[in-house]
Order: sequence, then C-alpha cells, then structure tokens
Amino acid sequence: MMQCREISGCGLSGIISRSRELIPGEDIITSIVHQRERGNNLGAGYAGYGIYPRFPDSYAIHIMYDDEHSKEETENYLRRRFHIEHFEDIPTRRVPAIQDPPTLFRYFVKPVEIPGVETSHDDLVMRSVMEINEGIPGAFVFSSGKNMGAFKGVGGPEEIAEFFRIEEYSAHQWIAHTRFPTNTPGWWGGAHPFTLLDWAVVHNGEISSYGINKRYLEMFGYKCTLMTDTEVVAYLVDLLVRRHGLPLPVAARALAAPFWKDIDRMDEREHKLSTVLRMIYGSALLNGPFAVLVAWNGGMMGINDRIKLRPLVAAVHGDRVYMASEESAICAVCLQPDRVWAPKAGEAVIVPFDDAKEAWEVKGCLSL
Amino acid sequence: MLEPLVIDAKGMYYRELNQLIRDEVKKGTTHFRLLNVNGQRYIGAGVSREIFIDVEGVAGQDLGIFMDGPSIVVHGDAQDCVGNTMEGRKIVVHGMAGDVCGYGMRGGKLHILGDVGYRVGIHMKTYKEMVPVIIVGGKAGHFFGEYMAGGILILLNLWNDDSRPIVGDYLATGMHGGTIYVRGKVDAFLMGKEVGKVEVTQEDWGLLRGLLEDYCDDFSKYSLDLEKIMEEPFTKLVPVSSRPYGKVYAY
Repeated sequence: MMQCREISGCGLSGIISRSRELIPGEDIITSIVHQRERGNNLGAGYAGYGIYPRFPDSYAIHIMYDDEHSKEETENYLRRRFHIEHFEDIPTRRVPAIQDPPTLFRYFVKPVEIPGVETSHDDLVMRSVMEINEGIPGAFVFSSGKNMGAFKGVGGPEEIAEFFRIEEYSAHQWIAHTRFPTNTPGWWGGAHPFTLLDWAVVHNGEISSYGINKRYLEMFGYKCTLMTDTEVVAYLVDLLVRRHGLPLPVAARALAAPFWKDIDRMDEREHKLSTVLRMIYGSALLNGPFAVLVAWNGGMMGINDRIKLRPLVAAVHGDRVYMASEESAICAVCLQPDRVWAPKAGEAVIVPFDDAKEAWEVKGCLSL
Repeated sequence: MLEPLVIDAKGMYYRELNQLIRDEVKKGTTHFRLLNVNGQRYIGAGVSREIFIDVEGVAGQDLGIFMDGPSIVVHGDAQDCVGNTMEGRKIVVHGMAGDVCGYGMRGGKLHILGDVGYRVGIHMKTYKEMVPVIIVGGKAGHFFGEYMAGGILILLNLWNDDSRPIVGDYLATGMHGGTIYVRGKVDAFLMGKEVGKVEVTQEDWGLLRGLLEDYCDDFSKYSLDLEKIMEEPFTKLVPVSSRPYGKVYAY
C-alpha cells in the first residue's frame, strides 16, 4: 500500500452507454482506481445514473449528518415540504481506512403540491438543498436528482467504493473522482462529485474565478457551502441550462468562453453569439485550470479550460464512450477502443444518450 | 539482437516494475520487452546504461525522464511528459503522445508517429554538442515549442485526418533558441511575438533529410516515403531575440 504523498493532480473518469445498457459498478471502480496516483486518499466519489429504477420519478436525496440532532431537524424540514415515499440508510460496509464516517441516509421524495404556487418541482428541490446545506448545521445534501445518486467521502477510490458498495449498483453512466485537495479542506462534503438535482460534476484543477462565480450564483439563490471551488460548476450548469434554457453547447461556450482575440476572427453569427455570451455571462466564466466531467440524466459532457492546463482523454468503443484523465484508465476497462483522442482545449465533448439527443439540442455534438 | 528479458507488467505497480528494470540493468541485462503496460509511470527513468526497452501498451507519465542510456520503443500510445528532462538516446512512440512531451529536454531524440498534445518541447535546450530533437508525425496542440531555448522541433502533419490546424495557438511563445520546422503553412496569427518565419536554406534541407531519414527508419513498417515527405514546403521558425524578456525584470 502506498503511504507517502506525491505531488500530482486529481483524477477523473466517466463511462456512458448511449443506448442505456447497464454498466456494472466494477467498471468505474477499476477505471478510477487505476489512477490512484492522481489522488492522495483525501477524497473520492462516484455518481451513477439509472440506479434507482424502483423510484424513477422521485428525487433521491442523499444526506450526510454529523449527529442525531441535525438528522431530526432535517427530517422535520423534509416532511413539511415533501412526500417521503421511502427512506433508508445508504448501504455501507465497514472499511478500516474510513474512520468516523457521517451518518448517511437517502430519501425518495416528491414535493408537496401547494395550491396557487407555481414553482417547479426542480426549483423547490434546489431551494431545499440550499436551505438545508446553509441553514441546518451538520447536515449536507450531497445528491438530489431523480434516478441517480452520488456517493462520496474522505478516502481513496477503492475504499470509498468498498464503503458505499458501489459494485452492487449498475448504471447507464458513471462518473468518478479521486481527489488531491490542494487549497481547500479534505472533508466529506468536499469530495467530488458535486451535485444539484441530476447534475453531477467531477473536476481536476482549480477554479480561480470561484469568488466571482459564487457571488453571481448567490443572486439566483445558490449558496456555496461546501468550501470547494468545484461546487460552482454544478450550480452554473443548472442555472444556464435548466433555468435559462441554454442549449448545453452554448452553456459550455459561456463557461469556457473563447478569448476575445479568437472571437474577433469569427464569422458574423458566431462573433455575435460569443460576444453576447461573454457580456451576459461574464461572471459565469470559469477561469483557471480544469478538466471537468458533467453528467446528467441526458448524458455526459467533458470540457477543458481554454489553454488545456489539465489532461483529458476520450475514447469510443461501440455504444460506450469513455473520458478520463489518463488513457490507461480507459484501457483498464476497454481493451480495444475504436478511437482514442485528446479533446481540444475549451471545446466540450457532449455525449447524449441516444434517446435524449433531441431534448438536449445536442445533436451531432460528438462526431464519431 | 539479444533475446530480451520479457516482463509481464499487467497490474504491476510502477515502482515494482521500475525497480525490477533497475535491478536487471545492474545485473547486466540490456534488452527488455515489457508486456501489458498500461499507464505505469517513469519507465526508464534516470537510466544511464545503454539498454533497449520495448513497451507493449500505453506508457505512463514521464516515460524516459532524466534518462541518457536507454532506447525505448512504445508500441502504442504514450501519456503526458514523455522524455521529461531527457539527457540522451531515443524514445520512439508508435501512436500518439500527450501533453508536455520533451519538457526541458536537453539531448537525444523523441520520434512520435501520431498527434501530440499541448506544450510539447517546452523549454528544451541545447548545450554544446547536445542538441535534442523532437519529430511529430501528426498535429500538435497549443504552445508548441513554448519558451524553447534550443534544439530542433519538427512537425510533419503526415496524416491530415481532421479539420484541426497543423499546430495550435501560441506557437513558440517566449522562444529564444533553437529551430522549429513545420511541414506546411503556419498562420501568423498562431505565432508568439518572440518568433519569426525565415527562409528554409539548402543547409536546412540537408539537416531535415538526415533527421527524417532516421525518423522514417524507425517507422519503416508504415512505409513512410521520405521523398514525398520532403516534397512539401516547410515553414521554419526561429526566435527574433535571444532574450525576449531581458528587459522585463530590468529596472
């Protein structure tokens, strides 16, 4: 077992079956554990989609509690706003390396309809997540989407997988992360993925625009409470795509906006779009080095910062698309990819599920 | 050729693999064949003896870092930082390679068949008779030859298999030594301010021919045609100043 720490970066991995075949949890574990050198056992996590077929239309709320009191307060809060269809401990097993885990529960809920109030269910859930995370000490919602779930904590990717019994789940798509925290604490809420509704984000790098992004998000009701830069990516995608209705490729162009010198060389239509995006969404621009995977119920997106300061490799094999920090993490679960490539800096690779292409207006985004 | 020592690296931790290689080198083994390599880092790191390593699979970060003895052939792709601060001899990659290849390279040759990532050849340098050479068969990303202080970078674009430009943005930004040859045209917009295009002379063609002959030999199984490669015009880039930032910190 490796003990000493080496300077490295975080590692990430994602696998999607475009026809929604079920991918065993073991695949994503193998892929992320293969990149163990990129983390230092201070955080790891997984998100799987299609893992809760028993409650496909309920929001699956995963919560970590520091104590009995925070649990009681949170459950009272939930009961006032939601029908709780089912709740249970998140299944875990004892792992020697994982000391003092928080209490982990999951609730399958539907919002209570309030006559005369037209707020969407997604907005109600989003607001509740923010209120719990900000207002109830010791309680953190770390997953809140339908038919998906995030599992994360302090530990290495092997240990976190063993702890959360990831191998017992199968999913249409997975993303995973191994963490090497540099300038924010390694705590349970700070492990990746960061999620909101069905958005889940894993990130290697550092969002140096965090302060601007955070203040911008606050204007729209998002509270950044998890003490880690990556949190803003999940909320920005939610704001731009779900609430403002931007097609994902357009949102990606706001987050990793082209430089002005490149905009100046675009044709009229592209020039106008990029200029407008930079003006309206200047505060949503992500600066600093990053390789990010964003997953949601419609598919997966991988994107780098504009000058490629973190690695990202993609591969296709038949129905499956893989993205990871290192090619070897893909080869660990896919012996003969049809094609392997390094995505261009700042250009999103968007992989929708076959049945979601139209809904997300991302047709033809990935030319295979 | 000697019968190589075959090591099955499947699932082997990189330290174990590299320790095994070093122990064998001490015992006098000179030929290695590593099977099922998948991302193991630092292969050939710091080895000074003249040895030969065939890597089957995907070579991990920092392949051949600090080395000046081994000749390494990768039958597959290589990840980031190939030939980091390499001192001498050669690495041949029968596939693509990642970002930051040849970082601070100070001698030897790096021959890559396919594309490379970003920041390839960053700060490579020449010292007396040591002139590092990187030849890339495919295309390159941004910052090719960034802060280059010496040596020779050649970009061939042999495959031209997609719509991307031959080379990315910020080409040779901060370059203050060495030479870059790009087979084809280079948009001046992509070039750093510290670099300029100059005429390719007869002397350059002679130099290119010698270097590319060696490159084509390494990839003989793909039947690369040296004459055809040489038919295309090359763009030659050299620094316009030997101290582009000389005045930045002067007061």
